[in-house]
Amino acid sequence: MEGLLYPITLTHYLILGAALFLIGTLGVLVRRNLVIILMSIELMLNGVNVNLIAFSRLHGDVQGQIFAIFIIAVAVAEAAIGLGILIALFRNKMTVQADEIQLLKW
Amino acid sequence: MLLNAIFFYSFALLAVAGAILTITRANAVHSALSLIASLIGVAGLFLLQEAEFLFAVQILLYIGGVTVLFLFVIMLVNLDEAVKLRQFNRLWGLALVAVLGAGLLTIGGIARYQHQQSARPDWAIAAAPQVATEGNTERIADVLFSEYLVPFEATSLLLIVAVIGAVLLARKREALGASTAAAEARGEEI
Repeated sequence: MEGLLYPITLTHYLILGAALFLIGTLGVLVRRNLVIILMSIELMLNGVNVNLIAFSRLHGDVQGQIFAIFIIAVAVAEAAIGLGILIALFRNKMTVQADEIQLLKW
Repeated sequence: MLLNAIFFYSFALLAVAGAILTITRANAVHSALSLIASLIGVAGLFLLQEAEFLFAVQILLYIGGVTVLFLFVIMLVNLDEAVKLRQFNRLWGLALVAVLGAGLLTIGGIARYQHQQSARPDWAIAAAPQVATEGNTERIADVLFSEYLVPFEATSLLLIVAVIGAVLLARKREALGASTAAAEARGEEI
């Protein structure tokens, strides 16, 4: 029986990807600062990329890496739009705290 | 093989520690710097997995582009007084419990998957790294520009829309109002 830690297998990468994704999820859920919420979304996308690259290596197929490239492109677009919205919001409401923006709440 | 394990654990530690610091620091600039550390860790894992092109893309695009954009926005929205505010939601305990539950479920799923896969006789063969005759970037380019040409072009469209949208959204409201007023004035003249 091999050790749990030593030979690095796919499982190690899967657990690392899951950890990054969950840390990002926690950041989105608990933080009030919108800039840090956007950063947490980047963390989540990175966790997904770790998984895709690990499976790409396992199967010896580059399609996983191509998916990761598309995810990076979408993440960049999302960051640009998100930060644009953030600046417009800050200009109108003078706040970047997520729970102070409650115009649509009742 | 041992060297591989040492590098994996160093990069994994960098990635996870950076991620945890990102979501716990009060100062947004510290968060952005921790995010850079985390992204460097993930980039190192890409290199370890023989994904050299993605390693370069990660460094150039994420660390050179996205985090610099984050730092610029942090400077613009001036978060000096935000450091003194409450950083976490009132329901952070509930969120922590939910995320830990999701983590347990995920680890259970991964263990189940590993159990199923390792029972397969070709698991070891599939896990063996295949010897590539050409470089990683060439192989990606081959597949990207043949099989995935349409999604590639759609991505370029998405990026154009994102660039125009970001410029429009971040533009000053007064400028927008002024141009609308000018258009109305021109309309009245006509």
